[in-house]
Parts: sequence; structure tokens; C-alpha cells
Amino acid sequence: MFAVNPFAALSGSIPPAVMQGYIVLMIVLVAAGTLFDILHKGSARYFFESWRKSKGSREVALLPIAIQTVAVDVLASGEFCNAKRRFAHLLTMYGFVFYVVATVVLVFNYTAAAAASFWPQLWWLGGAMVFVGGTWFWFFIRVDVAAEGNPVFRVMHADLFILSMLASVTLGLLWAWLGGFALFVLYILATTVLFAGVPWSKFAHMFFKPAAAFEKRVAEAGGTHQNLPTLTRDDPEQRERHSMELLKDAPMDMGLGIKREPPHHY
Amino acid sequence: MPTFVYMTRCDGCGHCVDICPSDIMHIDKTYRRAYNIEPSMCWECYSCVKACPQNAIDMRGYADFAPLGHSVRVQRDEKKGTISWKIKFRNGTEKNFLSPITTKPWGQAIPKLAEVPGPSKEMRDSQLLYNEPKWIRMDDGGLHTLEAAGLKLKKGVYY
Repeated sequence: MFAVNPFAALSGSIPPAVMQGYIVLMIVLVAAGTLFDILHKGSARYFFESWRKSKGSREVALLPIAIQTVAVDVLASGEFCNAKRRFAHLLTMYGFVFYVVATVVLVFNYTAAAAASFWPQLWWLGGAMVFVGGTWFWFFIRVDVAAEGNPVFRVMHADLFILSMLASVTLGLLWAWLGGFALFVLYILATTVLFAGVPWSKFAHMFFKPAAAFEKRVAEAGGTHQNLPTLTRDDPEQRERHSMELLKDAPMDMGLGIKREPPHHY
Repeated sequence: MPTFVYMTRCDGCGHCVDICPSDIMHIDKTYRRAYNIEPSMCWECYSCVKACPQNAIDMRGYADFAPLGHSVRVQRDEKKGTISWKIKFRNGTEKNFLSPITTKPWGQAIPKLAEVPGPSKEMRDSQLLYNEPKWIRMDDGGLHTLEAAGLKLKKGVYY
């Protein structure tokens, strides 16, 4: 089952050109939806204004910062301070990338071939990763459930992305396993909602978040630190301050304070 | 000066929702990021600003008395046990402060009150409050002073 291209069986009833056209249409919808989002919310204008304010007067080499942003913030989801959220995000993110790339390769390169190298396995692996990470997130990690104390099944606007992605992947895997026209129709419906719903969902965060992380790092390197205080005990001169008298013999690592417990005291 | 959230910085961790004493920091239904649902009820305690691990929360000065770009920003460094403030005045003056928020590693000096025996009738009838005079250390060499702790009182404000 895991070694068979699930789209090969479809090529008898649906012409490969239609399948390929559908994928191209989804890519166009994501690009158009993101552009609409940028214009509608003015996020690009906000970004460049914020960039101008936070850049500072110091000359900053942008390439190392870009590499750092990609390595830490994008590839390792470095933004998250909660280890569980970070792991669930990594599972979902890499799963989604594997799943989408494998789908594109299977539909464009191996349309009629049941055997397609390692791509079917990657498709299944990616789908399973999205399913595990997304379900874990939706049932246990979602902040409106974990920190706000809202019921698990209270669906809101922000759930459009995660629910349509979970539905697309789960229905896709079920269709590949069990077959059947009804499952296929539901799979396509959920997938269309996922990619066509970009202006109303959180889908575009995958483009905006790296830009924000990059700007944050530039602000730190540029010396403005987003106007945040820069004094720290690491500086020997600061350790001599009168106010630091009581911390003279204290360890430099005092451990975790409020972060010892997860934020769910609702 | 109520708080507001920089949506691009917030990662929706929920620490501000958890800590807000007015229960006005909530999670936005569209973007799943934190926001202040009722700025007029914010008492500017800075709890959420200090608790935010991403420094995504800031204070908004009311336009009628803070129109010229002042700012009060804070960074709470739990690991180092310090809090630092950067105050920018409207005339451009900038002041920086650094203070301790704990003197012992977190969680290691919590009084185990559950293990303390309950007060006797005599203690309940006394004028003294719980654990007086022990906790103000009057029975341990009298009133504790700066000199006794090896500190000096300097003129002016030293942070």
C-alpha cells in the first residue's frame, strides 16, 4: 500500500492534464490569496515601516542574518518557547512540505506509474506527520483551549487553516487506503478549501513569519533592539551596580520562574 | 496607557492570558494571537508585558498627554534573575535601570506552609500577625538595618 502511487489508479478516470491543472490552479490561488492578504491588511506597508524604524544606524550584514533566520526560525521553528508547541509545529510543517512536494512529483512525473521510487512512501510519511502534529495541536496544544479554557470542539475562524489541512490530509490518506469516489470528492473539497481559503485563513503565516523573524534579528544586530532595554547581568560593569548588590554571589542561571508551569491557570 | 500586542511578534503562547489580573488579555479568534480585549479596563500593571517571552506586548500612551514619542519598555530576564527598564522621555532623555527580581534560584526558597502546624488559641488571641516576630526577625538580634546587612545608604536614587 505504502509503495503504490495513489494517483496512478486515478489516471484511468481523470486525465493527467486535469490533475496537473488542478495543482497549478491551487498554486495560483495560494499566490493570489497571499497577494490579496498583503494588500488588504497592508502587511507589506507595515513591514517596511517597521523595518525602517527598527533598522538602526549601525551597518548590518544581511546575509548572515538571513542564513540564521532560515536555519533557526524557519527550519527549526525557533520562535516557539514551548517545546511541545515547537515539536508539534515541526511535525506539521515538515509533514506538509513532504506531502505537498510528493503530491506534485507523483502527479507530474509518475501520473500513470504505480511504482514511483520513494515518493509514495514520502507522501504517506508526510501525511502521517501532518495528522499526528495537527491532531496533537488541535486537541491538546491550542492556546484558546490550553490557556483560555475554551472547550476543545469550539471552532473559530483561526481554525480554518488547521482544520482544512487536517481534513485534506486525513481524507487523502483514507482515500488512498480505502478508495471510493465519495472519499475522493471530500478529499478534493477539503484541499480546495485549504488552498483557496488563504485570504481568510492563517495559511499565509508561512510567508509572513520568516519576514518578521528576519526583521527582529536585523533590529537586534542594528542596535535598536526594538527599543527594548539592553542592560544585562552578563556585563561585568552592570554587576557592580548598587542595585545588583544582592545578586553578587547568585548563580548566573537562576532557572525557570513562571515558565516552570504551562500557562493554563484559567 | 493600556497594552497592545505586536501581532507579528506574538507566538500565541498564552502567558499574558494566564497572568492578566483583569482577565482582559485574550486570544484573537481570527489569528490565534493575544490581544487586549478591553483597553479601558487595563490598569497598566505591566504583568503581561513582563511575562511575554517574545517581548510582543507594549504600552500605548494616550495621545493627549503622551504625544511626543515617550516609551517605557521592560525586559524580564528570569534566567539571570533581573528586570531591566528603558525609559525614554519626551525630551529625548533616556534612562536605563537594572534590578533583581529574585536573589535565589527560582522555586528553591518556597516556604512549606502546608507543613507548618496550625496556630494555637493563645496565638490566635495575640496581637501579633502570623509568624511575627520570627519573620521580621525581631528575635534574631533586633531590627535589621542596612548597615547590619553590609549595605550603605547613598544619597540619590541608585538603580
